[in-house]
Amino acid sequence: MERIPILRMGQFLLVTIQVDMHDRLAVQLQDDLTEKISEWSSRGVLIDISTLEIVDSFIGRMLANIAAMARVLDAETVVVGMQPAVAITLVELGMSLAGVRTALNVETGMELLYELRGDFHSEMGG
Amino acid sequence: MKSVKQETVLLTTSGDVVVARQKVRQWAMEMKFTLVDQTKLVTAASELARNALDHGKGGQMVIEHVENSIRNGLKLVFEDRGPGIPDIEAALRDGFTTAGGMGLGLGGSKRLVNDFQIESEPGKGTRITVVRWK
Repeated sequence: MERIPILRMGQFLLVTIQVDMHDRLAVQLQDDLTEKISEWSSRGVLIDISTLEIVDSFIGRMLANIAAMARVLDAETVVVGMQPAVAITLVELGMSLAGVRTALNVETGMELLYELRGDFHSEMGG
Repeated sequence: MKSVKQETVLLTTSGDVVVARQKVRQWAMEMKFTLVDQTKLVTAASELARNALDHGKGGQMVIEHVENSIRNGLKLVFEDRGPGIPDIEAALRDGFTTAGGMGLGLGGSKRLVNDFQIESEPGKGTRITVVRWK
């Protein structure tokens, strides 16, 4: 079955969405991520959506669900790389992704994750 | 409003929603809509195609390049043979949902286009027509 790969990077999980997702694939990702957070005791999830050409209410809800489920499992979620046209459209659609942390790119997203875990300095070697 | 050309996309599976999005993207690009306008059109199409699938038990989308005396537009018509929408005004309100979603599908997509029209007859189906002008 078609799946979006989840990479494990130490205490974090990394997901890059590179396909035009149909709804079932989005739901599958939500389930897989929740399972992996629990299996690997992950502390954070970084979701890169820089190649997504649209985020509609379904995908927006999926991102919000992932963030909420991760939080219940003691993990933080950061969504990175949203294209400006996607952001404009999403807000006009009526979704502000309240409760979902965002960053402009993977690098700042990772920094934010370390910061949120409160162990920024030890992890970054500073 | 004059029709330049048109094409029909059937909506029977969630994969068809992806096809509908890609078609709208392709047409909007060919008509040289700005990137933001393309994104709005594709997002509205995604919402309305899913709507026809989830609430209308499937249907079709007709995509059409139209023009009037002064400008070009992309018109999308979504038709389903579902139960219809008993209270259109309520269905357009943000937060109104019968499928457990965010309730942004109809009201939200209305904000992403210039013209928006719903015709619905209980028991017979729903037709939603949207146009975004260049």
